Amino acid sequence: MATTTITKTEKLVGKRIRRREDPRLITGTATYVDDIKMPGMLYAAILRSPHAAAKIRSIDISKAKALKGVHAVFVGEDTKDAGAVPCAASLPGLRVPHHNVLAIDRVYLVGHPVAVVVATDRYIARDGAELIEVDYEVESAVADPEKALAPGAHAVHPQWPDNVAFNFHQEGGDVAKAFAEADVIVKQRIVSQRLIPNSMETRGVVADWRAADRTMNLYTSTQAPHLVRSLVAQILGLEENRFRVVAPEVGGGFGAKIQTYAEEILLAWISMKLQKPVKWIESRRENFTCTIHGRGHVDFYEIAAKRDGTILGIKLKLIQDLGAYFTILTPGIPTLSVLMMPGLYRTPNISADIVGAFTNCSPTDAYRGAGRPEATHGIERMVDMLAAELKMDPAEIRLKNFVRNEEFPFPTATGLVYDTGDYSAPLKKAMDMADYDKLRKEQAEARKQGRYMGIGLCAYGEICAFGPSPATPAGGWESATVKIEPSGQVTVLTGISPHGQGEETTFAQITGDELGVGIDDVLVLHGDTSMVPYGIGTFGSRSTAVGGTALYYALQDLKAKVKKFGAMLLESEDVTLAGGKCTDNKTGKSVGFKEIAAAAYRAMKLPPNTEPGLVATHFWEPSNFTFPFGAHLVVTEVNGETGDVAIKRYIAVDDCGNILNPLIVDGQVHGGVAQGIGQALWEQAVYDDNGQLVTGEFMDYTMPRAHMMPWIESAHTVTPTPVNPLGVKGVGEAGTIGASPAVVNSVVDALSTLGVKHLDMPLTPEKLWKLISAGRQA
Amino acid sequence: MTESITVNINGTTYSHDVEPRLLLIHYLREVVGLTGPHIGCETSLCGACTVELNGKAVKSCAVFAIQCDGAKILTIEGMAANGKLHKIQEAFWNEHGLQCGFCTPGMIMTTKQILDRNPNPTDQEIRHGLEGNLCRCTGYQHIVNAVKAAAKVAGA
Amino acid sequence: MIPQQFEYSAPKTLDEALGLLAEGARPLAGGMSLIPMMKLRLANPEHLVDLGRIKDLSYIREQGTVIHVGATTTHHDVESSPLLRGKCPLLAETASYIGDVQVRNMGTIGGSVAHADPSADYPAALQALEAKIILRGAKSERTVTAEDFFVDTFTTALEPGEIVREVIVPVDGDGTGTSYQKVLQPASGFAIVGVAVRLRKSGDKISMARIGVTGLSNRAFRAKEAEKALEGRTGTPAEIQAVAALVAKGVDANSDLHASADYRLHLATVYAARALAAALGRIA
Repeated sequence: MATTTITKTEKLVGKRIRRREDPRLITGTATYVDDIKMPGMLYAAILRSPHAAAKIRSIDISKAKALKGVHAVFVGEDTKDAGAVPCAASLPGLRVPHHNVLAIDRVYLVGHPVAVVVATDRYIARDGAELIEVDYEVESAVADPEKALAPGAHAVHPQWPDNVAFNFHQEGGDVAKAFAEADVIVKQRIVSQRLIPNSMETRGVVADWRAADRTMNLYTSTQAPHLVRSLVAQILGLEENRFRVVAPEVGGGFGAKIQTYAEEILLAWISMKLQKPVKWIESRRENFTCTIHGRGHVDFYEIAAKRDGTILGIKLKLIQDLGAYFTILTPGIPTLSVLMMPGLYRTPNISADIVGAFTNCSPTDAYRGAGRPEATHGIERMVDMLAAELKMDPAEIRLKNFVRNEEFPFPTATGLVYDTGDYSAPLKKAMDMADYDKLRKEQAEARKQGRYMGIGLCAYGEICAFGPSPATPAGGWESATVKIEPSGQVTVLTGISPHGQGEETTFAQITGDELGVGIDDVLVLHGDTSMVPYGIGTFGSRSTAVGGTALYYALQDLKAKVKKFGAMLLESEDVTLAGGKCTDNKTGKSVGFKEIAAAAYRAMKLPPNTEPGLVATHFWEPSNFTFPFGAHLVVTEVNGETGDVAIKRYIAVDDCGNILNPLIVDGQVHGGVAQGIGQALWEQAVYDDNGQLVTGEFMDYTMPRAHMMPWIESAHTVTPTPVNPLGVKGVGEAGTIGASPAVVNSVVDALSTLGVKHLDMPLTPEKLWKLISAGRQA
Repeated sequence: MTESITVNINGTTYSHDVEPRLLLIHYLREVVGLTGPHIGCETSLCGACTVELNGKAVKSCAVFAIQCDGAKILTIEGMAANGKLHKIQEAFWNEHGLQCGFCTPGMIMTTKQILDRNPNPTDQEIRHGLEGNLCRCTGYQHIVNAVKAAAKVAGA
Repeated sequence: MIPQQFEYSAPKTLDEALGLLAEGARPLAGGMSLIPMMKLRLANPEHLVDLGRIKDLSYIREQGTVIHVGATTTHHDVESSPLLRGKCPLLAETASYIGDVQVRNMGTIGGSVAHADPSADYPAALQALEAKIILRGAKSERTVTAEDFFVDTFTTALEPGEIVREVIVPVDGDGTGTSYQKVLQPASGFAIVGVAVRLRKSGDKISMARIGVTGLSNRAFRAKEAEKALEGRTGTPAEIQAVAALVAKGVDANSDLHASADYRLHLATVYAARALAAALGRIA
């Protein structure tokens, strides 16, 4: 049993403190959605379309209904009143498909939910789903965004025969002039392939309707419980204050659990219909086809520069594969790519055009980095290509074009204001760690031996800490409530919804330091809308930078109140709060937290104009995003015989501002890098021409495994942001954003002796082997 | 149609009537109430469901409960003894070998198998040993560190 | 995730099992291929006969010049067997490449062989070892060579009601060198191409060459033209290259998302060369 010391021995922020959430996770006693059991609970299984495009002629549910143990079967017609899956992103002229929770007369992607069977257990529910007979009239499909935009393509939605969901244009500066004045223009088509987020826990929902109270309890594996509550309550016409959403233990999200999904609406609806708690757990196969995908860009870049390497302007035509319908942010994601287009460079002139294309595929939405990895991949590839064209070293061209330290806050051509930076510092640090000049000599030697050794750099920037509310679709602030309990122990309620990021620890560190109490005296709670006043959630590297700041300010409010009570008890007007106690600066007498808390709740006497209790809530609205940055350096060698890529060294230098817990920050970087390397080398969602997902299981979708990953040498520079008082910028997405261009640049460098200038991901051995074979023959 | 099985799990003997098709993972989670082992896929490629069956690490999603009649099973819940964490659990905690925690029970059980057979594995042997366990959060580096740290603790 | 209902039997004797199999039941060994297929409802047997409780079906025994490996011997038992590691290292090495730790703990040699996945590992080694496979039905037992056993993709010489009872591999004495080299399909760990090589030298000449190939085509096969070309040679690098090229010659190669036919053929050549070189290097 933890003892309540309410004393503070050392500063907590900045320490490698092992996580406070871990004991339940390493003992198998944490409660994920599928671990929840309720009396009388039923199980739902969803029958999904095996076709990417088809009309539903008829559905025969009679056999399923007759199966012993089946309570109900519902089809699209039944659920018409359940509303549509919501999208919060808006763009001028946007065409928004109505996506009912179950298909009504047509299906337009493999995995489209068609019917749901509710039974006493999951085995019977699955048996029931197998007994449903659907008569489909199968149509041709289109699964490639460029093909979808071609004349005569199959219309994903018949009312929009051109498959265009939106066109979006943004420009800054004078790009025509920049290109007219350029000495050199480099053009390249760059693909950021579709990826599948694949959190290890799939999605899952338990809905528990209590009719007598008109109360809904919805347990769901989500990154944004309050958003789910507001949206599903509204969609089903329920009272929001009687709609409770709980994100229990959540087994990873990576952006794919920000959305409000059909199943969350459907399960709530079923629970109301049947007056029973109902559970649905997504299978991995369903997760592959029915949870959002990421990326899905075809980008046409042009970069204009002077002979000396000065970048003058960038043009981008971006085709976004949207999939068949929209989830919460679908059409907004590529606009983030446009914002991030200039990277870390001073580039004053930009022009971008996005075409959003419907395809008969799963919707794309936020996947770790969400628009920014694509943009970083684009600019970092183009800068390398420009360097090659100008015969400059890739480090030199970057150092030449970086925004300079004295230029912050720096307004970009895309309308952002970069908060702060020292962009050359991580690049130089990475180069020092690698001994860059020596590496280049080794490379020259390797080339003499006929080996394909590559050195790849990436200098990445991010838009993080989402974000100012006017720039986000559903509010960008965050909330925190801090209570000092009558016992003196401290409880933090946060509006973020962590699922692996470790804020139960880092927020306890912040709280411990501010209040001067030990970490064991602080409990951080989250993920329950009936407990937390309101919150936005965990995504976009925002939790610590925005949620942590809300906590910081709540703590300031609370400290002021604690001091008032302390001063009252000490009968002093000059007190200091430190070390878990208030001390009279004149007499040196002090009064501890326990006594102060007891006095505040007992309220025999109150300080002037002060209410009883010790609770403070703060909703913090950021004035800007934060803009973390960093550099990766990757050494690769491509096997000339097989095309295999070996990563010989992986150096990741990140600047996320102040580091609250180095252990957690390194973990975030490692995991991010794994996903970035995954995109660069292995991962891809492959659809065939009929819209069948070919890589629809772990059998075919290559996830990074332990033996495939290199050792990551992680380091940091520290440039605190002025946007928040903690000086933290966010680190959840950094590794992913930096990794894919660094790896690809390295491999392109390795094969540059064969005349290779660009490679699209994933860099499969076969792709490289073909190039090497062709290059050797030439 | 059900048949009776008797299984010793984490030192306790259980008898239940089960359908032949009931998977061991569902038996453990739904019938016995041990929800530590998780389900992350249906193709036996993620390892989240790993438990020890008669002393060997197996994927409990690819075994029928009925095959385990008379068997001895150890799950993540049985790793800590007398209120003390197993050294592998401690090592995962100390080294930040987990983030979302979903793969962790499987990782820990596989680590036990690796160290049971090879008390001082190299990095490469550790990574090879973890081939059957997917983690999407950590990039595996801190997991490898955790396995090494556990190996260093005396009294395997 | 959930299989269809089925009837389950776990006989204690082989005869009892064979009786049930003769009535149309399907055998369950380690289940590492069958159970995932049942969960995806790609396999829906009505009656499963668990071979796991049959006494004396899991063993590794030396008898004269051969080693007998019982059908339900796990991959882990094979990879860790001192007997096999010493006297038939090719089989042990090949087993160590199968799946992962957990799969090797459950999966069995009989199950894997009977499943005849064209990208499974064992078949390459069994071809190179000229293994004999004992097939047992309710009424009779027969022996087939590995070469005759693997007929086509997921198709073997097994008749309805028969099971693989045992695999017989040779004791490889001094003067023999072996190697299994594999290109992993990165997602599943199956072989895109796997080449098993077994060489024996007499003096400085290669007196025997056996090359088994898996993953490349519809079934595992022996590259006999290459074997013949190597016998009588010393195994210079140039000879190895030339012989390796013969391994893929004329093969109607598989093509899928992970490797086209051309790339598979190329990999077969590269990995054959690696396996040949490694096997030569291991000749004591």
